[in-house]
Amino acid sequence: MTLTIQFSDITKWIHETLNASMSPGWALFSEFVLAGVAMILLVVVLAVLFVYMERKVAGFMQLRLGPHRVGPWGTMQVFADVFKLLLKESFAPFTVDKFLFNFAPILVLAVAFMAMAPISFAPGLQLWDMNIGILYVTAVSSIGVIGILMAGWSSNNKYSLLGAMRSGAQIVSYELSAGLSLVAVIAMCGSLSISDIIASQADGWWIFKGHLPIMFAFVVYVIAGTAETNRAPFDLAEAESELTAGYHTEFSGMQFGMFYLTEYINMAVISMVATTVFLGGWLPFHIYGFDAFNNVMNFIPSWIWFFGKTFFIIFLMMWFRWTFPRLRIDQLLKLEWKYLLPLSIINVVIVAFLVVMGWHF
Amino acid sequence: MENLNTELPKEMTEEFVVNIGPQHPSTHGVLRLQATLDGETIKDLLPHLGYIHRGIEKMCESLGYKQFIYLTSRMDYLSAHINNQACSLAIEKGLQVEVPARAKAIRILMAELQRLTSHELWWGSCAMDLGAVTPFFLAFRDRERILEIFEENTGNRLTMNYITPGGVMTDINSDFVTRLKTLLVKIKEHLKEYETLITGNIIFQRRLKGVGVLPKELAISLGCTGPTARASGLSCDVRKYYPYDGYEKLDFKEIVADGCDSWSRYVVRMEEMRQSIHIIEQIIDNIPEGEYRAKLKGIVKLPVGEYYQRVETARGELGVYIVSDGGNKPYRLKLRAPNFSNLGALKPITVGSKIGDLMASMATIDLVIPDIDR
Repeated sequence: MTLTIQFSDITKWIHETLNASMSPGWALFSEFVLAGVAMILLVVVLAVLFVYMERKVAGFMQLRLGPHRVGPWGTMQVFADVFKLLLKESFAPFTVDKFLFNFAPILVLAVAFMAMAPISFAPGLQLWDMNIGILYVTAVSSIGVIGILMAGWSSNNKYSLLGAMRSGAQIVSYELSAGLSLVAVIAMCGSLSISDIIASQADGWWIFKGHLPIMFAFVVYVIAGTAETNRAPFDLAEAESELTAGYHTEFSGMQFGMFYLTEYINMAVISMVATTVFLGGWLPFHIYGFDAFNNVMNFIPSWIWFFGKTFFIIFLMMWFRWTFPRLRIDQLLKLEWKYLLPLSIINVVIVAFLVVMGWHF
Repeated sequence: MENLNTELPKEMTEEFVVNIGPQHPSTHGVLRLQATLDGETIKDLLPHLGYIHRGIEKMCESLGYKQFIYLTSRMDYLSAHINNQACSLAIEKGLQVEVPARAKAIRILMAELQRLTSHELWWGSCAMDLGAVTPFFLAFRDRERILEIFEENTGNRLTMNYITPGGVMTDINSDFVTRLKTLLVKIKEHLKEYETLITGNIIFQRRLKGVGVLPKELAISLGCTGPTARASGLSCDVRKYYPYDGYEKLDFKEIVADGCDSWSRYVVRMEEMRQSIHIIEQIIDNIPEGEYRAKLKGIVKLPVGEYYQRVETARGELGVYIVSDGGNKPYRLKLRAPNFSNLGALKPITVGSKIGDLMASMATIDLVIPDIDR
């Protein structure tokens, strides 16, 4: 049993209505604007949900209640915080490089938004189904580190500089094993396109039908993804107890807010990619041959499946953050270059062997 | 083309100075560390003191013997009971007063509970300095229960001013024993939780093992005491060597480790928490009946002479040196604070390591800044 109205019907209807009322050029332009606004709204709503979720998860892990004063169950707390940041002055010290200092938060935020473009949230609900979707996401999300380096360098603060340098070393290193773990799945399904990757999992998610190598790749991807988003236990770039606030020490007001928002959007991107590649995207969970169960699973809308899996991975990342101590910088790089990267390379070789021999489903 | 410079440019690194503190999350107070860094590596470290100097010793000299002990609660505020105990013992030594047995038992109970609260706080903040926030809240859960007991029995939570010359200020409440017993059961359970959450964590162990190595010889020459020195294999527990208030009758182990690194300091403190519980369990069931305070005159005058008393606080050896000219105030008072000597170890054990190691070393030395400056 499926929904009678698909998301593709809605987008098709919008496309036809716009084309009927204006010239094709303007219709395309309006579609771009509409899609952009929809994406920004979605991402902001998600970020608000993530911040609220993080505070509640942290609260319950730390024998606290989390926010509970503003609004019912503290749901309005995030909005109160955002308004406070919006009303605050975005102060910059005299010695900063004004252009880079003001440009850095915009860059990191824009890049985080850009990485969302090819992600498929539900059947038909996708901005841009390009044939190199996964490559695009990994390529674009690595631009973000330039924004962090810019912020650290332009702040003219030693803590910021140290934080930015740490972040640079860390993100550049961990992208390798994150990329390699994605390569494992890409090799198995034979396409970089996100819709193809999801379609290839209709008979089983890659984490289940890809045997041990894909499970390993999933674990590596979650670890590397946590490191790429600068979250504990890899939060060296903003290590509070060492560098006060790392690369965003000098930022205040909404400029700080943008860095904060970016962290959550990056988390969303990482977990959405993991969902798409390893956990079947918006496809429901099926057990082969158990039709009654499968029908119940099909009844749940696809977007709930997608965001449910996304939130599960984000919960994993929050669980890491509130449990583990932070690594030291040399241990961090050692973990990547001595353990994760060689193992990922071996993993990719094994996957390639499986694919060549045709031993995968 | 003959001017072609074939020499590769040399790799140039430049050292730079970072002020860690006076306001910094992991100095836990107003300590300024002037650190010379080469990238992430610490080349030199210079602690600057004096941001919280209040002249406690001088202030004590202008107050009577019964009054000045209240100021010493403000030194190492996590060992307030033990500081007060040290001063009271020094004054009792001068007056040659016999403290009632009940007061002695209460003093030890309170001192060991104080050591427990101090180590609990240390455990939480140590994990927080290494980047784990949750342990801080877990540690405060148990510490809060002990502070509640302090509050009910002494009226205060942090600077209790409970132990006075001659005994203790007031008698303990009637439900003290039952409440403490139920609490100890909980704390022992929670200690196991600490072990599973943090002690067994591979990241945590890697952050501490082999970091901040303080050799035994260095520990002796720097005058380190307490768990910091005992983790370097130096047996120096004042409760064993110069027992006071009846510690000689109790069965407890002095925890000494030979690792010399931050991990040993961690292990020693965790083990000391168990020993404190063990000590409390021995006394809790047989607190002697009787007076809780020996009768003293309203204004106490110590005979002319010099009096010295040392005790073991949560951080090391606290010495109280009183010179009396026969008046009602100390002529000269000198406090030998454990943290001041322990701070000296910070530079030798961190130079050459990374910034993250500095936080690990500082966390396991367990500095309390108001005790350094006084």
